[in-house]
Amino acid sequence: MSNECKVDCGRRRLVVATAAVGGVGAVAALVPFVSSMLPSERAKAAGAPVEVDISKLEPGQMMTVEWRGKPVWILHRNQDMLETLPKLDGEMADPNSDKKMQPEYAKNPTRSIKPEILVTVGICTHLGCSPSSKFKKGADEGMSADWLGGFLCPCHGSTFDFAGRVYKAKPAPDNLEVPPHYYIADTRILIGEDKKGA
Amino acid sequence: MANTNFEKYKSDGSLGGNVLEWVDARFPLTAMWRGHLSEYYAPKNFNFWYFFGSLALLVLVIQIVTGIFLVMHYKPDASLNANGVPVAFASVEYIMRDVPWGWMIRYMHSTGASAFFIVVYLHMFRGMMYGSYRKPRELTWLFGVGIFLCLMGEAFFGYLLPWGQMSFWGAQVIVNLFSAIPLIGDPLSIWLRGDFVIGDATLNRFFSFHVIAFPLVLIGLIAAHILALHETGSNNPDGVEIKAKKDEKGIPLDGIPFHPYYTVKDIVGVVVFLMVFSAIMFFAPEGGGYFLERPNFFPADPLKTPDHIAPVWYFTPFYSILRAVVWPIFGIDAKFWGVVAMGASVVIFAFLPWLDRSPVKSIRYRGPIYKTFLTLFVISFFILGYLGTQSPSYWGEKISQLCSLIYFGFFLLMPWYSKVDKYRPAPERVTG
Repeated sequence: MSNECKVDCGRRRLVVATAAVGGVGAVAALVPFVSSMLPSERAKAAGAPVEVDISKLEPGQMMTVEWRGKPVWILHRNQDMLETLPKLDGEMADPNSDKKMQPEYAKNPTRSIKPEILVTVGICTHLGCSPSSKFKKGADEGMSADWLGGFLCPCHGSTFDFAGRVYKAKPAPDNLEVPPHYYIADTRILIGEDKKGA
Repeated sequence: MANTNFEKYKSDGSLGGNVLEWVDARFPLTAMWRGHLSEYYAPKNFNFWYFFGSLALLVLVIQIVTGIFLVMHYKPDASLNANGVPVAFASVEYIMRDVPWGWMIRYMHSTGASAFFIVVYLHMFRGMMYGSYRKPRELTWLFGVGIFLCLMGEAFFGYLLPWGQMSFWGAQVIVNLFSAIPLIGDPLSIWLRGDFVIGDATLNRFFSFHVIAFPLVLIGLIAAHILALHETGSNNPDGVEIKAKKDEKGIPLDGIPFHPYYTVKDIVGVVVFLMVFSAIMFFAPEGGGYFLERPNFFPADPLKTPDHIAPVWYFTPFYSILRAVVWPIFGIDAKFWGVVAMGASVVIFAFLPWLDRSPVKSIRYRGPIYKTFLTLFVISFFILGYLGTQSPSYWGEKISQLCSLIYFGFFLLMPWYSKVDKYRPAPERVTG
């Protein structure tokens, strides 16, 4: 920087300092506006846990409940469905559920607390569509002939098995999320909370 | 070219003359009229392709006017009414069924959205064919790219407002794209939505962006686009500078005043355009399911995605590019690179002025290599657009990967092929 100011150098420095302070103030003024777009206190409070009665859910049936605005599936898997899981290990992107898409108590081959009851968030880990049920084996529901049953995301074609595990080389990077949940009673589940003290 | 040193208006003594003199002494009214219309000299050889700039302006006016009237009846509210239907969805049905002429105003607005993209795509293609982005019009082009980005945002925000199934799941997918960005992705997408899922907060802010923020920015950019154009003067189908040859008064030999010559010519374009526009609006407002998609006639259901979701047609080429990227790179998910490719496929237009090294501007004097590349680019654009409307499939994926390569090849190889290509020297004067 040259010192040969044609104007009063002292005043020039004051102008620069004033502009800098004003600029800091302008940036600070952005904070309330940007912050106002974050989830409100009401939105944050809305995530209350949901209690579900599964006594009427027969083997092979699935029900959907809403938790935090998302669909949560409760699938009562029958013996056929459970038997497909080990056969598919080789085709899965994360067969052993190593990524943290489930609580510790669901990190097992069936990704569930009770082997037959799967509780999972029905939102594809790719871009958030809700996959459709394709429970029938084979090509009956428009899948390939060697399809063993599971879920297909209609948006970008990701497929999942009966434990919500994602197939390899599909757009979705992760298995479906298993939400925190526990059994209040034999046929009553609380979704959204881990068992206290567990 | 826009001259602003005009003499102030002198009254001839009549009442109208006195009023004009009074105004002109306080506001550059006649200077603006002469600089931008009656003494703005445009090349005399404009052809069919030069309709679409003024048509885009017409569609903007249609969108703003119909939008003002729609807002009088529309309610951006995702809560359920007494009948269990979301208020926003019900208010659109109310406009369609109960508001006098509401159906027409709404169809004008929805048809206008697709019409906007049709004329803007043709306008952009004109610029590419005749090298309108080349020096000295780089800034006009950059403002234009800004307008295009802004228009995409405007259309995206507007599409959520009817709160139908496609509105909801389209917004869900697009907002989730941002969550693919490493580290900041999740907080960023929550900040954009204002909630952990697409909900009332999202609907309200999209409404605000759609009716206030983006239209204001859009109008500002359009003003800058036109001012920059009038500073350099318009290009023309021969890609030669008409300002290089002027008469003794300083008027380009090949220039004619925009008004009345091109205002009258544009009226012909407006009439033809409005005929087509009205035909669609009255007889096929759904555009065969492309302008208004069928799942959007069902209210948004956060628990169930429609069996087939696709963006509206004008986004599908870029959406196909997004889907074409299926490989993780550097340990980051493929979906992030898909987002990057999609963003790049839009922004890359901004680099055209510096990618093109041809000695001539217009396609009329360019060689076979450029013409081949441009043709392949246009074909790829259409194929990508078609595939983006279809469900994902094995061959669809392979073809969209090939077309994406051609799409980017057109831009990235341009510094090479535009230089080595044969060309004919451009004429000194326009050729009529």
